[in-house]
Amino acid sequence: MNNNLLTVNIAGLKLQNPTALASGILGYTGDSFKFVEESGAGAIVTKSVGVSPRVGYSNPTVVQAKSGLINAVGLPNPGINEYTEELKYAKSVLKVPLIVSVFGYTSEEYALVAVKAAEAGADAVELNVSCPHVKYTGSEIGQNPKLLTDVVCAVKSAVQKPVIVKLSPNVTDIVELGKAAVKAGADALTVINTVRALAIDVETQEPILSNVRGGLSGPAIKPIAVRCVYDIFEALPKTPIFGCGGVSDWRDALEFFLAGASAVQVGTAIAFEEPAVFEAINKGVTAYLKRKGYGSVKEIVGLSHQA
Amino acid sequence: MEVSKKLSAYLTKLNTIRTTAIKSVKSESPTVKTFTLEDDICSKANPGQFLMLRIPGIDEIPLSILNAGEGQVQFSVKAVGDATRHLHNLTTGDLLGLRGPFGTSFTETRGRVLLIGGGTGTAPLLFLAKRLAAKVDRLSFVIGAKTKNELLYLTELDAVCTDESAIATTEDGSYGLQCLATEPLEKLVDKQKFNMIYTCGPEKMVKSIFNFAEKRKIAMEASLERLIRCGIGLCGSCMIGKYRVCRDGPVFTMARLSEVKDELGMSKLGFDGSRIEV
Repeated sequence: MNNNLLTVNIAGLKLQNPTALASGILGYTGDSFKFVEESGAGAIVTKSVGVSPRVGYSNPTVVQAKSGLINAVGLPNPGINEYTEELKYAKSVLKVPLIVSVFGYTSEEYALVAVKAAEAGADAVELNVSCPHVKYTGSEIGQNPKLLTDVVCAVKSAVQKPVIVKLSPNVTDIVELGKAAVKAGADALTVINTVRALAIDVETQEPILSNVRGGLSGPAIKPIAVRCVYDIFEALPKTPIFGCGGVSDWRDALEFFLAGASAVQVGTAIAFEEPAVFEAINKGVTAYLKRKGYGSVKEIVGLSHQA
Repeated sequence: MEVSKKLSAYLTKLNTIRTTAIKSVKSESPTVKTFTLEDDICSKANPGQFLMLRIPGIDEIPLSILNAGEGQVQFSVKAVGDATRHLHNLTTGDLLGLRGPFGTSFTETRGRVLLIGGGTGTAPLLFLAKRLAAKVDRLSFVIGAKTKNELLYLTELDAVCTDESAIATTEDGSYGLQCLATEPLEKLVDKQKFNMIYTCGPEKMVKSIFNFAEKRKIAMEASLERLIRCGIGLCGSCMIGKYRVCRDGPVFTMARLSEVKDELGMSKLGFDGSRIEV
């Protein structure tokens, strides 16, 4: 959807509407990105890509919980060298910003992948420092202010494109990590990644996921994500935020905007509402803005803090 | 909004794992076994749909549904890898996890229909044939395998055909005609116009049937296979073109097959998301 009410600018990225495909979802191929764009998304975030190919974990990698999904897919990706061609193709077919999610085991690896992604046409990179189920990367970096600072600094000094940092909720104080990321140069934050979780089969009496632990997404985590966005906005009012976690309809999106997010990322809802969820959110938000008399979605960002 | 909430609740229910004991196991061939499980939700599956089968502690794999109804579901498994070999060692009373049924099903047509199955790809077609048998004017079935041992469901196929029997083909000539399952196609179609071709099996076979059907302007539906992880259209492992095989498929109409024909029989995504040969 394209109307003036919905356009937003996040760290220099111009989005026609404030919805984006969250990382990890349908995120390998240019054709799938194009399909999501046609379904109404205002930006695309790819699956996380690293230096070398990874096959991920064996199944089960996704398990249904009562109001969400628990996943431990294990960062399968072809490695940035192999992936470059697909990124170039994606860039050639997409009109909306292409954000490449990047992970590594060292700050040098993050920087290397980010540089190659930028060369392939990425409009921005999102640093995955919050995957809760792969050792020596993801949240093991994002939970540690020192390591997080090193990674963000390394990437910032290597690429000119906007650098977005995706934060983990699996920390004592998400604000401390948000501040560290911004101090190190992060241009925007994505709040939040999945919440560490586990499911057990009572008949076989064992954990269901092959990796045992995974990350919870979907409606179950939305109130946690809204609280995290609220906390981050309060401490860092000038830093643009992608709200992420359980966004399933326009009311959910509005909660995130009012808490302080400039845009939202949508993932799990694509399974339960179909990709048409983007268009539905944009329609609902437009109607809300008109009904309340606003000229732009930008006017309501963080508005709940004035109450 | 109302429709969307219903879909959401429906999918949540389908996608919740049910762990249940194996009711029975039947040997179909030296490498293929058919398992019967009790599951109300899967017992309502339509031909072409698949389920995700969890082999506790080992893996979770997608399987075509062979038969469903009266509270039960059946699927056939060929021992080809670790998970399927492990499954073959299980017996009545052992526990398995189920979710689904997922994906699209074959469109029921009337008139004259031709079904072409390759190997275990015959399973969803037999399910479909049983549904169609009493409603169509002609039901012809071609089944192909490498060798006699691997021809599946022969007795059941003969029973659902309106022809005298199903046409069996083997690559080594140990039973029926010595040729690929695609070979009898031209003769059948030359003799009589078919309203629909349904197929499932090795993708090279599907591709050559697609090329034939496109040339001869015959409607066709094919069930495709890709790496399936989540089964619910989320992880992107099973993309072909812009479609998710687990959600927009596995059954593809002629129109959709045309859209993905550059990838059909050519490339798919591997476990690491890179493009590999089919």
